[in-house]
Amino acid sequence: MNVNGRAVTADVEPRTLLVHFLRDDLGLTGTHIGCETSYCGACTVIVDGRTAKSCTMLAVQADGAEITTIEGLAADGELHPVQEGFWERHGLQCGYCTPGMIMSAVGLLSENPDPSEDEIRHGIEGNICRCTGYHNIVRAIEYAAAKMRGEEPAPAEWETQEVTA
Amino acid sequence: MEYVRPKALGEALDALAAFDDPTPLAGGTDLMVEVNLNHRRPDVVVSLRSLDELRRWDDTWIGAGVTFARLEGADDPALAQLARTVGSPQIRAAATLGGNLGTASPAADSLPFLAAADAHVVLKSTAGERRLRWDEFFVGPKQTVRRPDELIVGVELPSRPERQAFAKVGVRQAMVISMVSCCVLRDPSGPTRVALGSVGPTVLRATDAEEVASQAARLTDTDLDEFQRRVSAEVRPITDHRSTAEYRRHAAGVVARRALERCLR
Ligand SMILES: Cc1cc2nc3c(=O)[nH]c(=O)nc-3n(C[C@H](O)[C@H](O)[C@H](O)COP(=O)(O)OP(=O)(O)OC[C@H]3O[C@@H](n4cnc5c(N)ncnc54)[C@H](O)[C@@H]3O)c2cc1C
Ligand code: FES
Ligand code: FES
Repeated sequence: MNVNGRAVTADVEPRTLLVHFLRDDLGLTGTHIGCETSYCGACTVIVDGRTAKSCTMLAVQADGAEITTIEGLAADGELHPVQEGFWERHGLQCGYCTPGMIMSAVGLLSENPDPSEDEIRHGIEGNICRCTGYHNIVRAIEYAAAKMRGEEPAPAEWETQEVTA
Repeated sequence: MEYVRPKALGEALDALAAFDDPTPLAGGTDLMVEVNLNHRRPDVVVSLRSLDELRRWDDTWIGAGVTFARLEGADDPALAQLARTVGSPQIRAAATLGGNLGTASPAADSLPFLAAADAHVVLKSTAGERRLRWDEFFVGPKQTVRRPDELIVGVELPSRPERQAFAKVGVRQAMVISMVSCCVLRDPSGPTRVALGSVGPTVLRATDAEEVASQAARLTDTDLDEFQRRVSAEVRPITDHRSTAEYRRHAAGVVARRALERCLR
């Protein structure tokens, strides 16, 4: 298989899950493990252009596939626009869900470069976040979408909203 | 665990015939969860991923390997609608129609459409082919008549009306197993078919309710009330940790009526 642009050849036990192969054999620990039952989305990676939950996929099933993990997003030390969006719009708190969330956002934006808020929420419905309440995640993805379309992202809410408390 | 990855349908059927209790693996969204939870320990897994034959799809045929992500683009409105409600993008990209039929959960979302359309399930093995109507194929909760050496190759769809609706009720919109799901197919001149999921041991047709809805091109509020009442009377729900039988009975009538009303507009 090809992982983040690098050809990888390995003999694995048929039982080995893709997420364990990525983390333990390739040392790519950016992909997190949460539930191992396909529920939380922490383990999301991109397989042949589409998002997949790597906890419920066998490594052998990815034979010959092209895989992108969170480590494969930044190019030449520059953050990917989605990573930048999560940074600029505070799209994370504990960070547990973040790699999976970012991969889902990348998957969404590759299919729909200009998603509405509803479409963003639909696009990340397979990723659970216990901390943020999703609001800033949606803003982070809007920021990235604008950047990737070559537009200026809307200013952060805390720069435009009056504080009334 | 042994892992077999046949390159063509014939090879896959040979593999299924050669082993004692082989387990087909399509998208893995049901199977791998069970394996991770230690509910299932397959000895031999036969991967279906490389079988192009299972990915064929046209107006009268859906291959078992077609994913819900692809079905989101279906011309049949009810099929596109139900595909959109399955799991999440990651699940839809992997989950196949064949896997939905293989698991045969009473809550599987493709089943109401297939039942309303009177689809036939086509099974193949080295011994030959079997073509079974949906109600011959599903025999109980998570039970089908598929033999271990048989592969579901796809479903045949007879011609069906363009007026279609799918509706489901869950606790929250995304990522939940439906408590009631319903598909209505209606010919503008009247004839109507209604199938419901999650409210019986298998998907079922509400034939008494179909009779009321089928009688005329225009339906009055009284007809719709009677339709809703009959759906609620016909379903056979159980009480479980997700919901009570009474609630499901009520919800089935409401959801079916809503789906029928969408077909009337
Ligand atoms: C988070 C989550 C959310 C989900 N949400 C929904 C939902 O909203 N609606 C819904 O209906 N389902 C849902 N599911 C269940 C699941 O995604 C579907 O049932 C799906 O269609 C299974 O397809 P698969 O290709 O992944 O099957 P697999 O897991 O690969 O296989 C399922 C079963 O079918 C057998 N099988 C597969 N293909 C064949 C074949 N061609 N011939 C014979 N046997 C076969 C396998 O041996 C196995 O027993 C969800 C699952 C998860 C994990
Ligand atoms: S770890 Fe894969 S979905 Fe939770
Ligand atoms: S930031 Fe903690 S789970 Fe999302």
